[in-house]
Amino acid sequence: MLTDVPDLQCRSISKSFADFNAVKDVSFDVPQGTFFSILGPSGCGKTTLLRMIAGFQKPTSGDLLIKGKSVIDVPPNKRPVSMVFQHLALFPMMNIGTNVGFGLRQRGVNRSDIEKQVKRVLERVGLAGVAERPISSLSGGQKQRVAIARCMVLEPDVLLLDEPLGALDLKLREHMKIELKQLQSEFNTTFVYITHDQSEALVMSDKIAVMNNGEFEQTGTAKELYYEPKTAFVAGFVGEANRFAATIKSKSADALEMATAQGQVLHGTDAVGGLKVGDTVNVFVRPEAVRLSRKAEGVSGLSNAGQGKVENVLFNGANSQLILRDELTGAEMSVALPQTGEFRDLSRGNLIHFGWEYLQTRVYTATGGPHGH
Amino acid sequence: MATDRSKLAFWLLLAPCLIWLVTLIILPHVGMFLVSLREKVGVREYETSFANYAVFLNEPLYWNTFARTAYMSIAATVLTLFIGFPISYYIAKLTRGRTKTTLFLMCLIPFWVSELVRTFGWMILLRETGVFSNVLQYLGLAAGPVEMLYNDAAIMTGLVYTSMLFMVVPLVTALDSLDDSLIEAGYDLGASGFAILREIIIPHAMPGIVSGCIVVFMLSLGNYLTPILLGGKDSLWFTGLIYSQFITRFNWELGSAFGFLLLGLSSFIVFVGLKLTGQSLGKTMAQS
Repeated sequence: MLTDVPDLQCRSISKSFADFNAVKDVSFDVPQGTFFSILGPSGCGKTTLLRMIAGFQKPTSGDLLIKGKSVIDVPPNKRPVSMVFQHLALFPMMNIGTNVGFGLRQRGVNRSDIEKQVKRVLERVGLAGVAERPISSLSGGQKQRVAIARCMVLEPDVLLLDEPLGALDLKLREHMKIELKQLQSEFNTTFVYITHDQSEALVMSDKIAVMNNGEFEQTGTAKELYYEPKTAFVAGFVGEANRFAATIKSKSADALEMATAQGQVLHGTDAVGGLKVGDTVNVFVRPEAVRLSRKAEGVSGLSNAGQGKVENVLFNGANSQLILRDELTGAEMSVALPQTGEFRDLSRGNLIHFGWEYLQTRVYTATGGPHGH
Repeated sequence: MATDRSKLAFWLLLAPCLIWLVTLIILPHVGMFLVSLREKVGVREYETSFANYAVFLNEPLYWNTFARTAYMSIAATVLTLFIGFPISYYIAKLTRGRTKTTLFLMCLIPFWVSELVRTFGWMILLRETGVFSNVLQYLGLAAGPVEMLYNDAAIMTGLVYTSMLFMVVPLVTALDSLDDSLIEAGYDLGASGFAILREIIIPHAMPGIVSGCIVVFMLSLGNYLTPILLGGKDSLWFTGLIYSQFITRFNWELGSAFGFLLLGLSSFIVFVGLKLTGQSLGKTMAQS
């Protein structure tokens, strides 16, 4: 069936520059109407990848298909993709209406149709009646919407977004996340969004690819990436995590027993499979997986437990954290502060018991190279 | 007390500029204007009248030269713009770092020697026994020596060459400030190269274009050496007329009137140029 053809397919895309490989053999499919994010630290090659999809750079090898047709030799002004630039790239020499109508004018659409379509798309992004105003009269969020309108009026098969929220302040960014997601489902267009901000990716995306060193580490839904990261890099990059370096001491059916260099004994579960006794590993525990208790009995049932001194309380409303120092080993841990108010009076220097289940402790081999950060 | 002192500092800082303006620009012009209004009726006898301006209007050679100087300068400006724009675009947008500096410097280097020497350089190339003539003969493309000096094309070449830097500098500045992503956005939205040039690059570079054109036009209109040396006797450049009135004919009254006519002409053409392009003088001058 024709409708089953994904809007965007990348097949073994690679890009090498003189002295390094920016993108290495990346393949993925984006089905119609999907909000697909590529998440990675700066310099991971995500911008290069996006620019190749837009056509500004030519892949060294591999193929790109849009709606099943190869566009590798199609120049950017003929590709059925549009891009929202990092700094939006609205044309300051034109007013809002001429900005939005720019693409239609290039297609030779007649004047009255352009006017109608510009009006309609501006209404859809909630900016009716601003066509005559200059770009400079808009706020950051409104500019964002004009940039999206300017692309959407062309009804592209794929809309590419290059960290467009990066320049906005925090409050507006939070707001625009929701708005972008709404716009995407309203237009029902395939979005490919690149960002280094995990919360943007997690909140908006149907599917996320985590990219590092020019490769896709893992592709999945936000939940999959968060709860079942397949590599140490993903475990460290998506969401917060405490990380320990340890060596495997023994292995049972589903649990591993490990020891850190300081002698702390940890219990965890093999995230990928194939770990052996004696392997050096990285152990990841999410701050919210750690339970706190004032009494030792409160955590005694858990497979990992200890006592720590409060180093710092990072109060941030619902996202408050405790920084603990393990009394036994001196290891630092960050623990999400429960919002029940039970630990409201904790302050620097207090002693507290903590513990977590081995099932929430994911273990990865440490030999895979310098992963994580 | 503090305001008194800051007032004093303000006037002291302003003083050099004021002295320069008043003594070197305003006073000579006022003086020249008064001279231009004098009519010589006898030995050391003068009357105030517009007679000198009337001489200009009644003598076709004068206003023909006047008009010729104007359109040749406009042509030189347009030509400089057409040659300078691609050069500037290349320097500003297509090169980085060292290459950029080198290219920019290459535009500047000819200005390390005086205009006179530069013009003589062109004469060495263009004259009958010059380099071009010899090369053409050597290649068999010309039977005998070719004289390329003393015509309008030679004047034009000299003017464009002399003015190029003054076009390239404001254009590079203007184009440098154009965000590459605007050009990319244009392509992305389906525009052709020509449409991007017309709708994005030129509107953005407009203040630079206008300020470059003003400077080049003024320089060409007021140029004396290049038209005289490369154009010879037939150059018919208005500055040549002014020179001959002052120096050869000792007719300072007519020379001053010509000077004021030239000032009026350049101001008028710059005004029309600004109006046509919808720019303001303040905007374009802030650019360069």
